[in-house]
Amino acid sequence: MAEQNDTRIPTVIADDVHIVYRVYGGNTGRGSATAALNRLVRRKPGAGVREVHAVKGVSFTAYRGQAIGLIGSNGSGKSTLLKAIAGLLPTERGKVYTDGQPSLLGVNAAMMNDLTGERNVILGGLAMGMSREEIRSRYQGIVDFSGINEKGDFITLPMRTYSSGMAARLRFSIAAAKDHDVLMIDEALATGDRAFQKRSEARVRELRQEAGTVFLVSHNNRSIRDTCDRVLWLERGELLMDGPTDEVVRAYEKETAR
Amino acid sequence: MSTVSETTHGSAVAMSAAPSPDDGLSAAELAKKYGLSVSGARPSLPEYARQLWDRRHFVVAFSRAKMTAQYSQAKLGQVWQVATPLLNATVYFLIFGLLMQQSKGMGIPTYIPFLVTGVFVFTFTQSSALSGVRAISGNLGLVRALHFPRAVLPISFALQQLQQLLFSMIVLFAFLLGFGHMPKPSWLLIVPVLALQFVFNTGLAMILARLGSKTPDLAQLLPFILRTWMYASGVMYSLVEALKKTHAPGWLVDVLSANPAAVYINLMRDALISGHAAHKHIVLPQHVWALGVGWALLVGVGGFVFFWKAEEQYGRG
Repeated sequence: MAEQNDTRIPTVIADDVHIVYRVYGGNTGRGSATAALNRLVRRKPGAGVREVHAVKGVSFTAYRGQAIGLIGSNGSGKSTLLKAIAGLLPTERGKVYTDGQPSLLGVNAAMMNDLTGERNVILGGLAMGMSREEIRSRYQGIVDFSGINEKGDFITLPMRTYSSGMAARLRFSIAAAKDHDVLMIDEALATGDRAFQKRSEARVRELRQEAGTVFLVSHNNRSIRDTCDRVLWLERGELLMDGPTDEVVRAYEKETAR
Repeated sequence: MSTVSETTHGSAVAMSAAPSPDDGLSAAELAKKYGLSVSGARPSLPEYARQLWDRRHFVVAFSRAKMTAQYSQAKLGQVWQVATPLLNATVYFLIFGLLMQQSKGMGIPTYIPFLVTGVFVFTFTQSSALSGVRAISGNLGLVRALHFPRAVLPISFALQQLQQLLFSMIVLFAFLLGFGHMPKPSWLLIVPVLALQFVFNTGLAMILARLGSKTPDLAQLLPFILRTWMYASGVMYSLVEALKKTHAPGWLVDVLSANPAAVYINLMRDALISGHAAHKHIVLPQHVWALGVGWALLVGVGGFVFFWKAEEQYGRG
């Protein structure tokens, strides 16, 4: 594990972050029309709205050059926390400070399924703020990295015809084409085949070396061990453990083995 | 390993962080020292406008992509962009022109273009409003996945409707020629009219996008509001003539004919349809161009500011 010197530069600071989802229609039962009208008039959430406290007071500081794994059971708040770091979900309390604009790469990052892979590469690049020239020059690299065209000319087919693994590969390739100060990967590597996982893990290490910070959510402990030097363990929205990969993953495995 | 940071909850890992000059700092002070900014904070209005301008290629590509995707499952594909308005106009011709022989005192050759213009122009605003109200709530996946100025979404949807309208205009021109309305210089006026209406629609889409993101119920209610608006704007009949018959008070006539939909519809009709019968029925209110510009600026700029005010909250849904 790389020992770091004293000049650690923070890239992400989470300060007592709380995130609350408000879910409409997750009704507890009583939702009469008059009650609904009353709520609208008084402008306060009532019985029809359920609040889900997904992240409860998480604090940590991430430094440049770190690759941080996030582990925890399903619904423990990992993805939600990443969305808040990316500034995509507003926090209820607490603040997230970041260096530049973090990019989040998720399993269901929006792609337009009716459009060809080709159009999606261009749209995704434009949405990330790349110029047309940049996209044109990196286009072939993105397609090659995704390996979409290995079994024939699939990039010119609509994305709805792709298998979930192919779609995930293309999404990762698009996002990884840009240099990010802070990149967050949310289980995006899980659906790819072994060859692609190897390639993307190499890319994650590369991004780290470019003095960025990488967050990785995964249920695959091996992939966490291979790429991360620090791990945060979340459970029920709370930070249970924060430390070197070996220790945290071992404790987590012990807990889940029971 | 010395890179472990402090956590609020007691960690099972022994913390042995090397002493650092940053240790005593609070999160906010640390962030300030290294120039970190609050994630997802709303940029200033000029900065927001600049970011939006940077994504102009995305706006165009996104609306064009939506447009293509709309018919990509149909066998005829893009033909539907012209076929849909054509069928629409043909239905009106069959019902009002051939079946009911109804022409509101204008004669069929005037009434059908009068009606089709009204329907197309109103549909432009109507569909911008309908797609605007779902612009955020219907694209939460995109909003929560990528970072871009959210105004991109309502603007893209309004632009998509503009493209659809341009296809409809082809059909409209065919109908005009078919009923003997020859091209004349005033046809050029449709360019500024469309530009003004587009600005108005974009502002409207942004207002509705913010409201719709907070109150999803609005999407259910909006069709009824829009239908009321349609009847109050004289899409199918001459508003002034119809109100005269009911002995409506003068101020009501003034208010209704100054409403933005009526203003843009009548400006368009005035530019396109020729003949005495038409001019009797297309009554432009006073200062009609000033009204057109005023509505566009008021709703366009107002909608942009209104939308920007909630920029950091759209991810919440």
